[in-house]
Amino acid sequence: MSFHPRMDYAPAKFHQSARALPEEGEPFAYTPENQAKFDACVKRYPPDQRKSAILYALYLAQGQQGSLTRAAMDHVATQIGCTAAEVEDVVSYYTMFFTKPVGKYVLYVCRTLSCALVGAERVTEELEAALGIQRGETDPDGTFTLVEVECLGACDRAPVVMVNDGWQERLSPDRVRQFLDDLRARGEASLSGCHLCKER
Amino acid sequence: MPYEPVLTRHVNEPQSYTLDFYLKHQRGYEGLRKALTLQPHDIIEQVKASGLRGRGGAGFPTGLKWQFVLKDTPKPKYLCCNADESEPGTFKDHVLMERNPHLLIEGCAIACYAIGAKVAYIYIRGEFYHVQQVLEAEIEKAYTAGYLGKNILGSGSDCDVYVHRGAGAYEAGEETALIESLEGKRAQPRIKPPFPAVAGLYHCPTAVNNVETLCNVPLIVLNGPEWFASLGPEKNGGPKLFCISGHVKTPGVYEASMHTTLRQLIFDHAGGMMDDRPLKAVIPGGSSVPLLLPDQLDVPSSFDSIQKAGSLLGSAGIIVMNDTVCMVWLAMNLLHFYRHESCGKCTPCREGTDWLFKLLRRIESGEGRPKDLDLLFGVSSNIVGKTLCAFGDAAATPVLSTMKVFRAEYEAHVREGRCTLPAEWRARQPVFAGAH
Ligand SMILES: Cc1cc2nc3c(=O)[nH]c(=O)nc-3n(C[C@H](O)[C@H](O)[C@H](O)COP(=O)(O)O)c2cc1C
Ligand code: SF4
Ligand code: FES
Repeated sequence: MSFHPRMDYAPAKFHQSARALPEEGEPFAYTPENQAKFDACVKRYPPDQRKSAILYALYLAQGQQGSLTRAAMDHVATQIGCTAAEVEDVVSYYTMFFTKPVGKYVLYVCRTLSCALVGAERVTEELEAALGIQRGETDPDGTFTLVEVECLGACDRAPVVMVNDGWQERLSPDRVRQFLDDLRARGEASLSGCHLCKER
Repeated sequence: MPYEPVLTRHVNEPQSYTLDFYLKHQRGYEGLRKALTLQPHDIIEQVKASGLRGRGGAGFPTGLKWQFVLKDTPKPKYLCCNADESEPGTFKDHVLMERNPHLLIEGCAIACYAIGAKVAYIYIRGEFYHVQQVLEAEIEKAYTAGYLGKNILGSGSDCDVYVHRGAGAYEAGEETALIESLEGKRAQPRIKPPFPAVAGLYHCPTAVNNVETLCNVPLIVLNGPEWFASLGPEKNGGPKLFCISGHVKTPGVYEASMHTTLRQLIFDHAGGMMDDRPLKAVIPGGSSVPLLLPDQLDVPSSFDSIQKAGSLLGSAGIIVMNDTVCMVWLAMNLLHFYRHESCGKCTPCREGTDWLFKLLRRIESGEGRPKDLDLLFGVSSNIVGKTLCAFGDAAATPVLSTMKVFRAEYEAHVREGRCTLPAEWRARQPVFAGAH
């Protein structure tokens, strides 16, 4: 469709928005617990600054249904009192929000310098081979999503892989298959955790 | 005289993160108690006299920054603690927050009192959720014990500390981008001036300080500015945390004075080179600073000395590389980072980082053309100094710095159509031995 009915100056595809809207999804509302958490969070900011709670609100929504649909983003917009476009603006900027369904475990492999110096690229290759997917994809049964991320702030324990909110440190390429088996069998409990945490 | 750690002395002890441990072994909250008997103005003077410089990257004097926070204004004031820690090679705030959280909480409370703020937000990167849980639990304890909240320690002052979780954006570490993100927007910097000290969070006067910076504050109040300044070289006083990663035997966070040379840090503290291979280059202050060569390491690792040696201390993220590392590959790896993290607000940075990455990828894969080297230089030079925030300069640095010192490697890639280092050395296929 051109801007003007008689001005057929370019193929139709140039007039389509490049903005990929997420799926509408099921109707969404916070569970009572999440609503309570959200209401508590908003109190940390001045009364006229509810928008400060937007990242928290999105984490809650994503935690509740795995990824962010348009219905969820609309719900967040109502909660915050802003427009749906403002929510979309934020969601599309930050890397930790997903607008497509992801696997049960999201594997965030650090690829930045310190990790790369000790084999992060090989870890990613091993993961791709073991899971039969490319980086950025989810495996067919929806268990794993593989994403490459930039420095995770734990470069002394390279290569680092974040799994959902948990950590696996010093994952060498030869241990990748074992790591996946352990994760399938025992879930996040099988992760090494942050070595600092473990000293508790 | 051996250096006695003061920030991280106890971090390996199992209970070091608890309030009880902090009170018993680290004179916990005595600094706050003392601070509340002083005038805010006197605390700022003490911090100025100590010479404390920001540990977040720029090394700006903290006392001055606090002094600039607008005094006569009806608006509330804010403290933002920068716990975004995303500079590649940096992982010091991680340790402090996880193993010594009360030091940070006490630092926030004192800083709030000094600048007249009632609320501090600790902006922590989204990936540090495990750290955030520790921090929030300990903040809760500090509230219960009366170190935070209304009328702290009976002084009549209030102080609330909240943790705000980011969601994956390097640029959120830049102070005005951090403020935008806290306000619930994209983490994109603002035009300065006005500086945050005048119009920051919610357009109110705001101080933005790094975690390590704030952790030094209780020590200054407690032990005096002279003690603090005496720990390091002139104008570079106090304890410093160094993050050493890459090809060393024992990577980790090491606390030392800024008298310590880079060579001592790498060879004494971090155990020397992994597999005893020769050292090729060192990035001394996080990925955004120029490289140093093996013969440039005998300088004290202070802000001023490293600057004199031709680089910057930055966030003290020391990345060590051995002879197997191809410098074109290194620049490509870092430009992938910068391309991904550019916030997109200014054209030279948004387009330039993408262009540089594509050029480097082409050269690295052996498809480079001779004129690509000039192009690399031209594109980098057109980013430097032409952007809204320091990210642009940082992004051009890996290219300009490697081109300056290792131009022969770039030329060899173009000439031979491949990387001329032995194939098995390629960093993507490292030999796992030694430390790991
Ligand atoms: C692109 C960019 C990223 C930054 N990232 C961080 C960071 O992750 N952590 C940090 O403390 N400072 C970071 N800074 C520095 C901050 O802008 C700011 O100078 C610092 O928080 C001030 O605190 P200080 O005075 O205590 O050092 C960054 C700066 C830039 C330009
Ligand atoms: S220099 Fe880059 S990161 Fe900084 S404001 Fe411009 S586009 Fe954003
Ligand atoms: S480079 Fe991977 S954690 Fe920093």
